[in-house]
Amino acid sequence: MEKKETIIEITNLHKKFGDNEVLKGITLTVYKGENLVILGRSGSGKSVTIKCLVGLVPADEGEIKVFDTDITKLKKTELNTLRVRIGFMFQNGALYDSMSVRQNLTFTLKHHTKDIEKEAIETQINEALENVGLLEAIDKMPADLSGGMRKRIAMARTVIIKPEIILYDEPTSGLDTITAREISELMVSIQKKYQTTSIIITHDMACAKSTSDRILIVKDGVINAEGTYEELEKSDDEWVKSFFI
Amino acid sequence: MGLVLTIQSRPTMAKFGAETWLPSMVSLSLIREIAPVITALICAGKIASSISAELGSMKVTEQIDAMEVSAVNPYKYLVVTRILATTIMVPILVIYADLVGVYGGYIGYNIHGDITMFRYFSDVFEHLEFLDIIPATIKTFFFGFFIGMIGCYKGFNASNGTAGVGIAANSAVVSASLSIFIIDMLAVQITDFFF
Repeated sequence: MEKKETIIEITNLHKKFGDNEVLKGITLTVYKGENLVILGRSGSGKSVTIKCLVGLVPADEGEIKVFDTDITKLKKTELNTLRVRIGFMFQNGALYDSMSVRQNLTFTLKHHTKDIEKEAIETQINEALENVGLLEAIDKMPADLSGGMRKRIAMARTVIIKPEIILYDEPTSGLDTITAREISELMVSIQKKYQTTSIIITHDMACAKSTSDRILIVKDGVINAEGTYEELEKSDDEWVKSFFI
Repeated sequence: MGLVLTIQSRPTMAKFGAETWLPSMVSLSLIREIAPVITALICAGKIASSISAELGSMKVTEQIDAMEVSAVNPYKYLVVTRILATTIMVPILVIYADLVGVYGGYIGYNIHGDITMFRYFSDVFEHLEFLDIIPATIKTFFFGFFIGMIGCYKGFNASNGTAGVGIAANSAVVSASLSIFIIDMLAVQITDFFF
């Protein structure tokens, strides 16, 4: 049997905000090329987990290994070297609203790839926007875009640096069913095209079904259940089943 | 400022027969104290609130986090540039306010009196010394620095959504204004001690 290559390994991750202990020992592994979906109720610590993964939120305790490097022990500059290999798509897109779509992508690309040629920037921007089907929005400001378009542009901005890992924080939240399905399909197509490894935080079961290779369910700051969509759907655990109703 | 100060001071100065001192009194008051402090306070209201509101909204909409995960140093990109801008621009605005204020004094003087521009400015520069201008200008760099720094600090530490952005903007104006008075008081003490 082929041995899977581990890309992300989180062991016994703890995080407290004041008296509120959000993560109480999360342990998980993500293998190369897989789409891991993390489900859980609001406030269960899903987003905090992926924010710890990129060092946005410092972990209180535990080990977070990304590409075999424990990021909890890295200095800021070392962490930034690792961050250029990871893409992060925020819940509301987090587009820089003082910049146009073109500037949003250029800014990210220029900081990621030093000394990049102007022509190369233009080519990569066009490619990223074509991937998400929004080439016509290149000169628009984020305020002029709909929720779905903002998410697509955010996805283009995430993908433009060709990351090896992509972390999606509720990519379909606040979208209608059709747009949510389009975003889910886009995530799958990007994963296939660029051979990325992804962690997808979502509440959207349709999204989880279409994108996941494996699903983890977080309850009260720990991993409560693990399996494929089909396995978890047939679970006897009432709490796990409640996600699939 | 110069126009109003001249109109307000004129009757009192006239009572003591010191009307001819009006140009130098107005220009000294303006250059040493009024123009730097009033300009800085206006900047505190306009710039500190604007910086903190902009950075605050970037913070609550995760734009700063997005910058950080893209390996961009948000402090270097968002904070250093803004502090540098305010530190350079506030002194320039103060010099502009000095010039407009002194010219306003000339207009104010001519509302009830008659003085040529040459005579007015001769009176202004006769009593104006280098040491009146330099310490007053140096302190404006500090005003600018603190306006930028407080605006950025409050914006970066905004939380609790849009309500937090409003609180940050409000707090930035209050803190920046207060800091201007404190810096001004210290600057006066230091100037008095050395000169």
